[in-house]
Amino acid sequence: MAYIRKVKIKGQEYWYLFHTIRQDNKFLKKSKYLGKELPKNLEQIKKEFLQEIIKSKETRETREKTQTEKLIESLTPVERKVLPILKEYNELSKVASKLKLEEIEVLRAFSWLQDKNLLKINQEEKEIISLDKNGLIYLKKGLPEKQFLKLLSSTLESLSKHLNQNEINVSIGILKRKNAISFGKQINITKEGKKLLQQESKEELFLKKLPIEISKLNDEDKSIYNELKTRKEIIKTETKKIITIELTDFSKELLKHKLKANLIESLTSEIMVKGSWKGKTFRRFNIQSEIPKLYPGRRHFVNEAINYIRKIWLELGFKEMTGNIVQTSFWNFDALFTAQDHPVRELQDTFFLADPKYGNLSKELLEKIKQVHENGGNTGSKGWQYKFDIEEARKNVLRTHTTVLSAKTIATLKKSELPAKFFTVGRNYRNETVDWSHLFELTQVEGIVVDENVNFRHLLGYLKEFFKKMGYDKIRIRPAYFPYTSNSSEIEVFHPIKKQWIELGGAGILRPEVTIPLIDKEIPVLAWGLGLERTIIEYYNINDLRLLYKNDLKQLREIKLWLK
Amino acid sequence: MPKVILDRKEVEKLIEKKLTTEELKDSLTFLGTDLDKIDDREIIVEIFPDRPDLLSEAGLARALASFIGYKTGLRKYKVLKSDYKVIIHDSVKDVRPYTACAVVKNLKLNDARIKQIIQLQEKLHITYGRNRKKVAIGIYPFEKIKFPIRFLAKQNNEIKFQPLDFDKELTANEILERHPAGKEYGHLLKDFKKYPLFIDANNNILSMPPIINSELTGKVTEKTKDIFIECSGFDFRILKKCLNIIVCALADLNGVIYENELIYDNKKEITPNLIPEEMKLDINYANKILGLNLNENDVKKLLERMGYNYENKTVLIPAYRADILHEIDLVEDIGIAYGFNNFKEQIPNIATIGEENNFYLFKEKIANLLTGYNLIEVRNYNLTNKNNLFNKMNYNGEAILLANSISQGYDTLRTWIIPSLIETLAKNKHNEYPQNIFEIGTIFKKGDTETGIIENERLAIALCHSKANFTEIKQILDSLLLTLGLKYEIKEIEHSSFIPGRVGRVSVNNKNIAYIGEIHPKVLENWSLEIPVATLELNLTELYNLIKLTQII
Repeated sequence: MAYIRKVKIKGQEYWYLFHTIRQDNKFLKKSKYLGKELPKNLEQIKKEFLQEIIKSKETRETREKTQTEKLIESLTPVERKVLPILKEYNELSKVASKLKLEEIEVLRAFSWLQDKNLLKINQEEKEIISLDKNGLIYLKKGLPEKQFLKLLSSTLESLSKHLNQNEINVSIGILKRKNAISFGKQINITKEGKKLLQQESKEELFLKKLPIEISKLNDEDKSIYNELKTRKEIIKTETKKIITIELTDFSKELLKHKLKANLIESLTSEIMVKGSWKGKTFRRFNIQSEIPKLYPGRRHFVNEAINYIRKIWLELGFKEMTGNIVQTSFWNFDALFTAQDHPVRELQDTFFLADPKYGNLSKELLEKIKQVHENGGNTGSKGWQYKFDIEEARKNVLRTHTTVLSAKTIATLKKSELPAKFFTVGRNYRNETVDWSHLFELTQVEGIVVDENVNFRHLLGYLKEFFKKMGYDKIRIRPAYFPYTSNSSEIEVFHPIKKQWIELGGAGILRPEVTIPLIDKEIPVLAWGLGLERTIIEYYNINDLRLLYKNDLKQLREIKLWLK
Repeated sequence: MPKVILDRKEVEKLIEKKLTTEELKDSLTFLGTDLDKIDDREIIVEIFPDRPDLLSEAGLARALASFIGYKTGLRKYKVLKSDYKVIIHDSVKDVRPYTACAVVKNLKLNDARIKQIIQLQEKLHITYGRNRKKVAIGIYPFEKIKFPIRFLAKQNNEIKFQPLDFDKELTANEILERHPAGKEYGHLLKDFKKYPLFIDANNNILSMPPIINSELTGKVTEKTKDIFIECSGFDFRILKKCLNIIVCALADLNGVIYENELIYDNKKEITPNLIPEEMKLDINYANKILGLNLNENDVKKLLERMGYNYENKTVLIPAYRADILHEIDLVEDIGIAYGFNNFKEQIPNIATIGEENNFYLFKEKIANLLTGYNLIEVRNYNLTNKNNLFNKMNYNGEAILLANSISQGYDTLRTWIIPSLIETLAKNKHNEYPQNIFEIGTIFKKGDTETGIIENERLAIALCHSKANFTEIKQILDSLLLTLGLKYEIKEIEHSSFIPGRVGRVSVNNKNIAYIGEIHPKVLENWSLEIPVATLELNLTELYNLIKLTQII
């Protein structure tokens, strides 16, 4: 309840309105000046005064309570343990030993608390001087020179029993310097020496102070330190990382509160069964904190791209072809009207099998193809006008293009199956050494359209459609040369970011020398072979072909998804 | 593809028109060459192998001049009569039976033009001449030669002359052993006892094709006005083409061509023959292939832009064109003249039904399923080596070797997939564990097929982490086969890549389809792996066939 009271200030009397409130476990007096005389509308003023207090209390409480309480509720059990004793201890090692926790646990709690702006971690490197092996012994037995002096006054023989030669030499040196001994027929102890014997030396006093930080040494100690440093294993100097913390004002404020211990850490089925969560608070998590990475199973990114490409051709009504990688030269080259002395058939270009070196050929087709090569056969062509070598045709190779599958498909195609469209995505081989732009194994996207009425413009139509779906709106073709196609074209797409044309494949219409022996009729066959790898590296932002097949698991786990 | 470096000024001079760099770029690209670089001085361009006639400034300028519509139609080349005779002796029949020859006079040569001729000769050697095997070209200063010339073969130990760039006489064998050209091309003669020679009326050796000219006749220089050219080889048709390409280029440099009479024992030939070949052209055929609607006049104009003439449904083909085998080649040139960049694309109205390969679909299903076991798919090459496949796997098998791989470590087709996975693990030791991976890929083995090689698709899985074991890999196998509706049996087997007692053969319907086990520590050691690996390899081709037999899919 608010009450009024007279207050005397410098002999004058003034009226005040008072009200006591409780805030954070303390009592606070709120007041309002009324004047020298009591106002007439006192009741009204009283009412407003109280409302004001309530209002300010409410806003303050809702604001501060949420912040502080939330923070308290987010403290982990270790943080709750650590935080209260930080008022007394500020060093990591001391906190850990006090709480009987591992330093690493406490350090982790420190860093969480730091994230919550409750403390600041300081890291300092200190050079600490401590006793070494001999130092530990000397601390008990006295330094060798002291022992030497002692032994000198008793029996000389026992000297070598207690001290080794090195220690004796050092002792003599030091004692001589300190005028503690003199030399006659034998070594005599001086007055100075006797004095020394009776009291602890500066060095001994120094050893007792250890461990100590270098920075805390006074000038005298420093010279003792420098001297002892040169002696054998008496003292050692180590650099230690000292982690201390400094509480923030905020945490000092926080520590006035009770740190609730009765929070639910994880919701368990036991808690659910018992219903014991009711009325309790869950510890708040720091939802921004780093989490361990998750790596799900994934398809290889090249296969993801291949599947998309397969989907495009399937949607366009193409049927998928498959076939072998090892092929005879007959199918890989001869059936595709590639002259037997064409450079592509040389050892430096194509992989040949060592064993089995030769394959078997169908006699009927062999005869037809042989004619086409030698004189054009019934194709209306002049042919290559050489003598066809059957042994050359029988040589086994790793297919150099998937076009070999197209040739084989056409050869088995019945006229009733026309029109027909086929595609395949398959690996091909060239005898290359591997570098950033060359692989011996590359994937080709192959397609053919077999129909009486297709023409060059249709070829362009299919290619444009395909590349549009691959993200390239602009394509162009320019004349090129392949032995098995006419209107042979190099396909280029315009890279929208690099602003340049990139070569992505070849296309054309299969020559009559290819189609007539295989289908017995000149039917136009649109054909293309596109380089898969070059088509997709842009998407993955890869500029070295080798990285496609490196099988680095980090890359495979983290590479962006094929989003088409 | 051969790359030629051409003098831009010379090209422009020969076209008789200056072109901007953009114009040149465009017309070179759409004429059908692979332009590498162009600046004020040079045009560096790759010529497709079907157009050896473009390998010189003269040839390229000729094609460009008509392509841009400046000087169109067939160029006429005159061949003057002469009594220059070349007598071909029967002795060359086995070693190099034919030659085609010509004399070109009135050349005004300078350094650049000599370079041009040498480049043409060299590039023709490499491409059309298949490194001098099919065609070897000799070019001689005419004034040092006395006709008639004889082409004959002599016992190699009877041949002795001073080869080009040498200061003394060498025997034929010494030339093959010591002369740079002899070392490079000697293999073309080695198997013969008699080597071919061109010898003139003064009994001087002009050259020993396909190796080297004699120092005596020497090289063409700026003072040379008239030259003698011979092409020698095995196919007279090819030799004539090659000669035509050279003499037409020289004629474009204002040379005057003289015929040579080639006298064989039983026949006579006259070269060069620059009369254009004729070929019928059906305009409907051209329109059908190109998807255009050209009339006869359009076609005539387009053909003229490619250096042809057209009259009465017949095309006259320039004598330097080596690539016109079929009417389709004329159609292609009509297309090029029309401009590949001028074709409007069109999707034809062809109703076909798309169809995925069933086995591919099956493999995809399996692969997608496996990612659900938290496995990461890898993709290795089909080529590897014996060491990886067998030695390091502590296992013996038959390797399928390539005859000629130039890539070290990639000379063998893989016969099983597990080594690829182990290699992948060995390369990933710096990455986080667990490393559980799989691959679906092709394996190769010998068998009774067209090529003698059987190819199967296999799935391999490798689990690699500190607790990887047989149970875990068997769980995957078990789950996978359960999902496919198959019952399986496992029989213990011996396999030296695996730990004894922890390796088995898996069968379905008594058909072996997989093996499964824990990799032997010896193998892990060979790969420097310190973490256990449990693995399986499953024949998907067999599995698919089994499923097809027993279930409807």
